[in-house]
Amino acid sequence: MATLEEEAEVQSRRNAWLLSAPALVVLFAAAAGPLIIVLIYSFLTPATYGNVEWIFSLEGWKGIVFQHDIFSDNLVLADANLVIFWRSVKLSFITTVLTFLVGFPTAWFIATRSPRARALWLFLITIPFWTNLLIRTFAINQIIRNEGVLNTLLLKVGVISEPIRLTYTDTALLIGMVYVYLPLMVLPLFATIDRFDMRLLEAGYDLYANRWQILRRIILPITRPGIIAGSILVFVPCLGAYVTPRILGGGKNMMIGNFIDLQFGQGQNWPLGSALSITLLIIVTIALLAYVRTIGGENRHG
Amino acid sequence: MARRSFSVTDLPGFSTVAMMVFAALYAPMVVLVVYSFNQGQSPATWEGFSLDWYRVAWANDEVKNATVNSLIIATCAAILSTALATLAALGTTRRKGFKGQTFIYAMINQPLMVPEIVTAVALLLVTAAIKKSTGYTGLGYLIVAHAAFCIPFAYLPIRARLEGMDLTLETAAADLYASPWQTFRRVTLPLLAPAIFAGAMLAFVTSLDDVVITEFIKSPGQDTLPTYMLGQLRRAMKPDVNAISTALLALTLVLLSLFYLLTRKKD
Repeated sequence: MATLEEEAEVQSRRNAWLLSAPALVVLFAAAAGPLIIVLIYSFLTPATYGNVEWIFSLEGWKGIVFQHDIFSDNLVLADANLVIFWRSVKLSFITTVLTFLVGFPTAWFIATRSPRARALWLFLITIPFWTNLLIRTFAINQIIRNEGVLNTLLLKVGVISEPIRLTYTDTALLIGMVYVYLPLMVLPLFATIDRFDMRLLEAGYDLYANRWQILRRIILPITRPGIIAGSILVFVPCLGAYVTPRILGGGKNMMIGNFIDLQFGQGQNWPLGSALSITLLIIVTIALLAYVRTIGGENRHG
Repeated sequence: MARRSFSVTDLPGFSTVAMMVFAALYAPMVVLVVYSFNQGQSPATWEGFSLDWYRVAWANDEVKNATVNSLIIATCAAILSTALATLAALGTTRRKGFKGQTFIYAMINQPLMVPEIVTAVALLLVTAAIKKSTGYTGLGYLIVAHAAFCIPFAYLPIRARLEGMDLTLETAAADLYASPWQTFRRVTLPLLAPAIFAGAMLAFVTSLDDVVITEFIKSPGQDTLPTYMLGQLRRAMKPDVNAISTALLALTLVLLSLFYLLTRKKD
């Protein structure tokens, strides 16, 4: 009998691979495989009009932090690049914190409704999640830009005498990113709070905890996996954001995504663009691995 | 004054913040929709109801062309990715923990983890090389690329449904001498159909929404609605973009509602 079972085992494993194979082929051809090409291109020499020449070079990688001095041709730190990196990390971090601060109460509110109402509120959060990012960026831009709805309204009412100038500022970018990425924070938070045992709160109150202690000592520690998941889900796409900074930053306040784009457009430096892409990929991978480790560690304890 | 009943789940200010969040999420979209029906040019002052911007958008050949491209790509990508995702889900959920399962999951979810701009750059390099050597510049590149990043979205509801499915039904069919194909065709597939449609719906919406990858690999004249709008935004903001956005928004809403009806758990 053992051989029959073994045969069935081999058969079913073969089926699993055979059935998955077509999807894997397409994914390899159009998602994972091309990443290898990017890695190769990052070690080549830029050709004059875009594309590359097949000569090995480390210039692309050096170009991330250094540039040639115009006068002496020495390598000097490329301040402009570092500013873009710093802005990307800073804005992504602030966006993550802000989405958490407003996203947590929202997720809590949804999770504590009656089952029927909860489904409705949840649907209201998922609609923006599935709505075109471009349309949402466009919508928020229409509200906050210099001659936008908000300024027109405030001027008319007389709250301000000068329009608030937000167009193409970091603040505009920040408002836009919080707006478009908020659902990514609320959904995982909701999933954790939904599993949270509300009787723990009763226990806490019975033991004379006040609301702040309940929040800090019971709710936040238990919902930590959701907080981490939400933070990763917001931080990672923020770091690679392209559409939102392109529209709200106006080409001046670039983030890494736009800087990469620039290398394949006006910059005509494909190796540098490739090296930047790989760098971004490495940062994101580190963030994801850190997430997996934290969650894995928590499961072992819990 | 009567004291409000105390509920353990209430936290001070949370409901207020939540209400403000919902208002802030929807206000800009409502404004966008409302101003698509505005008579004047201004995107900030209301000058009366009209359908002018819909007429302007509809009369524009670029918009028509982009709409056709968007629909062709989204339909093909949705069909292709859903077919592949269904097969993969059948392969991966039937047995727990086999060697290589983690690898398959990682591959399927890979498009969700790599920043879109990186995938876009990678595909640009590959398609540029293929275009140069074969001379083919059709919609094929966009369809395959879209199909790839739609796979995880199509896979999700199908896998969920398969994992919740009662395997005894299939065993029963096999006991009654149904061939594996008959079992699949008569038992598994009918049970799976709603999830397959739901997956196709998500894939369609995902493809329809894509900007970055399309922008990087499209050949001249292959604008989809989102890349057309992105191009327009770079110049002056024109209200016909509001009209197109509203139309896209309506389509997304219809598809999402269908998705929820299909995946709703029967109580």
